[in-house]
Amino acid sequence: MPIKSYLAHPQEGQKEVLMEALSKIDNCEVIPAENKNLLIVVTDTESQTDDEKVKGSIEAIESLKLLAMVSGFNTPKNN
Amino acid sequence: MQNSLTSRRNFLKKMAAAAAMTAAASMFPGIIFASEQEANLPKGANLDWKKGPCRFCGVGCGILVGVDQGKAVAVKGDPNCEVNKGLLCVKGYHQIMCTQAKDRLTHALVKKNGRYVQTPIDEALDLVANKMKETITKHGKDSVAMYTSGQSTIPEGYVASKLMKGAIGTNNLDCNARLCMASAVAGFLTTFGADEPMGCYEDIDHADYFITWGNNMAEMHPVLFSRMLEQKNRRGAKIIDFATRTTRSSTASNKSILFEPQTDLAVANAICYEIINNGWVNKSFVENHVNFSKGLTNMGYGLEDKFKFSDKPTKIDFESYKKFLEDYTPEKVAKYSKVSVKDIKYLAAIYGDPNKKVVSYWCMGMNQHTRGTWINNLVYNIHLLTGKISQPGNGPFSLTGQPSACGTAREVGTFTHKLPKGVVTNEKHRRLAAKIWNVPYENIPAKPTYHATEMFRAVDRGDIKFIWTQVTNPLVSLPKTSRYRPGMEKESCFVVVSDVFPTPTSDVADVILPASWHIEKSGLYGNSERRTQHWDKMVDGPGETTPDAWMTIEVAKRMGYGDLFPYSEENHVEEIYNEYRQFHEGAKHGMAPLEVLKEESGAIWPYVDGKSTQWRFNAKYDPACSNDKDFHFYGKPDGKAVIWQRPYEPAAESPDTEYPFWLNTGRVIEHWHTGSMTRRIPVLHKAMPAAYVEFHPDDAKKLGVRNGEKIKVSSRRGSCILPASINERGLPTRGQVFVPFFDENMLINDVTLDAFCPISKEPDYKKCAVKVEKA
Repeated sequence: MPIKSYLAHPQEGQKEVLMEALSKIDNCEVIPAENKNLLIVVTDTESQTDDEKVKGSIEAIESLKLLAMVSGFNTPKNN
Repeated sequence: MQNSLTSRRNFLKKMAAAAAMTAAASMFPGIIFASEQEANLPKGANLDWKKGPCRFCGVGCGILVGVDQGKAVAVKGDPNCEVNKGLLCVKGYHQIMCTQAKDRLTHALVKKNGRYVQTPIDEALDLVANKMKETITKHGKDSVAMYTSGQSTIPEGYVASKLMKGAIGTNNLDCNARLCMASAVAGFLTTFGADEPMGCYEDIDHADYFITWGNNMAEMHPVLFSRMLEQKNRRGAKIIDFATRTTRSSTASNKSILFEPQTDLAVANAICYEIINNGWVNKSFVENHVNFSKGLTNMGYGLEDKFKFSDKPTKIDFESYKKFLEDYTPEKVAKYSKVSVKDIKYLAAIYGDPNKKVVSYWCMGMNQHTRGTWINNLVYNIHLLTGKISQPGNGPFSLTGQPSACGTAREVGTFTHKLPKGVVTNEKHRRLAAKIWNVPYENIPAKPTYHATEMFRAVDRGDIKFIWTQVTNPLVSLPKTSRYRPGMEKESCFVVVSDVFPTPTSDVADVILPASWHIEKSGLYGNSERRTQHWDKMVDGPGETTPDAWMTIEVAKRMGYGDLFPYSEENHVEEIYNEYRQFHEGAKHGMAPLEVLKEESGAIWPYVDGKSTQWRFNAKYDPACSNDKDFHFYGKPDGKAVIWQRPYEPAAESPDTEYPFWLNTGRVIEHWHTGSMTRRIPVLHKAMPAAYVEFHPDDAKKLGVRNGEKIKVSSRRGSCILPASINERGLPTRGQVFVPFFDENMLINDVTLDAFCPISKEPDYKKCAVKVEKA
């Protein structure tokens, strides 16, 4: 059950578009910076496979310039 | 079970988000995630936002604390505060979370038969007062001491000074600002005769170049660095990082120049050589506003107990100074500074260009230096030679580490040699203090006693038999704690510690007093740009927590000094500030009335005719200038600043065959100093859970050290085991290791050396010799 956080750098002038696109992806929360061209993305998935799918969906967004992972936690299901 | 799992996952999600916010803050200092702050607010909360300054560094950011039903639940940057314009760093955002720590000190604890026993606060204060009185009766007034802080509020520092110097009659009062700012003070006084920077943060909006001297502002003063980056991006201002270690500041700068530890002295002289040699001296400024002097050399390093040094200034002329600089040609200096001739000339050309505005910033790199006063003087020399001073965008600017190192330690004067106005050695200053304090003039001794390092040496020797520390954690922050911890444990000294949380210092206390935290009391701080900031109490503290100022007053009353401390518990902050303001009346240091400070996010002194003075010594801005010239350095009797001839001298201890590495120590963005607050904030603790020892990758390879491997760092004083860090947060130069000091489980100050600048008495935490081996 991975939980990961990323810094998402939008393409120039595409912060709002990226924000909207990310908001449509399941298991994905977005926190925009108020004053910089940057978004924080937190993903919370049931399995490694789901995690990879979510990451793939994020990376496919055109308004995304760069996705940098910051931290990852894994909680075993029975924990 | 389900609830517990959900809350654990929620916690982990918050941690993940916080880690990302921390990373973002280091890349974009001052970044705001206001929506995240507001997302944590209780639903339907009717928040009352209360203004104040941030609890942490010397920048003095304005904060707004959201209070709901008597509890502080949120923090955001104050958009109306000129300092930070709504920005905050990662520590600032999360500051109030430390008050929720489970091990908060809520009641007084008195050690009885080796165990701490919870004791009513009145009883504990009786014991402190009786013990202090009894010690004075038995051993004399110089057997008791107080050691306070640049984090003490102005009223806290003021009543400590009044109790020790005015009532008891001892100068045994010093503070932890001795460890961070004393060289800046000595530099200002020797060069200008008046303490604190002449400029203000608005310089950032005007400068073409920012030159940072041994100063990792991206981590230590992130909001100011963010303002600099904004100018870099918006109008092409340039940042030059001059340091001994590659940091986040270096990578965000336009250029990073590395130098061999201690050789900043030589490089500064080489810059002055180049300025003169190329005809870049501002001749009319120098002729009208500058004198030249030299002092004693080979001053020693203060390593011996009871070390004494007094400088003997001698006036010299420009030609002698020019001759002296011939030893500092770029070619000669490049050989031992490891700064290329090209880079020295590059720096000199920036300062020498009359069409470029330059601000120099520094903090601990220059101050924590066995020649700290000298290097402060030398950077002033550069600005005085070129006349780039006291103007918007032009000036030397010493940054402070603590939120009230300026307001309390320097302005109130909680150093052994200081009074709220002036110094104890000056009869006029003693008479003024005696008059305002209403004590006999003879009460205030004319000689300073113990500066911080010597104070703890005196505890170790058994000369000090009672010490009371407030708002500080010396057994983590002093150099060479390997000596001073056993010293404080000795039965010969009765130790009283006031603090908010247990620390390694409170572990050796006979009495622990539970202090109110920042927003649980009213107070005033003074930041790096001479800005005085007030806040009202926002929430109640737990248990019997009490403001430090009030505990000092209560002890003073119990000792029989009630007449001198007639303040009321409800309004003591206001009453003390109004009394204190009398010391600084006049155009040179007038302070804003409390009503103004309550309304505004601070005011910059000198506050004259309802206005802050942003640039001192410049007749255009400073009403205290009275010599009918464009500049007036009125701190000196003849109105002129001093260019000091100060040579390069080596560090107190340098690497050798047995101890082949330099040890440099410092801070990280996530933690405030010794970590007693920030390590209790889960987000910050998780982001930086433990200290480490940074290696240059070449050194690591040579030693076969891998990332995370346990390394023993040893000096002639002690040792410390830490995990190795290679190519992570910072990058020391080859032959140097770096360790942050925030972690009480890895006490790197057991290893450091207690050498200090003989003029300022500030220790050098940046240079000693160590060996490193796998643990």
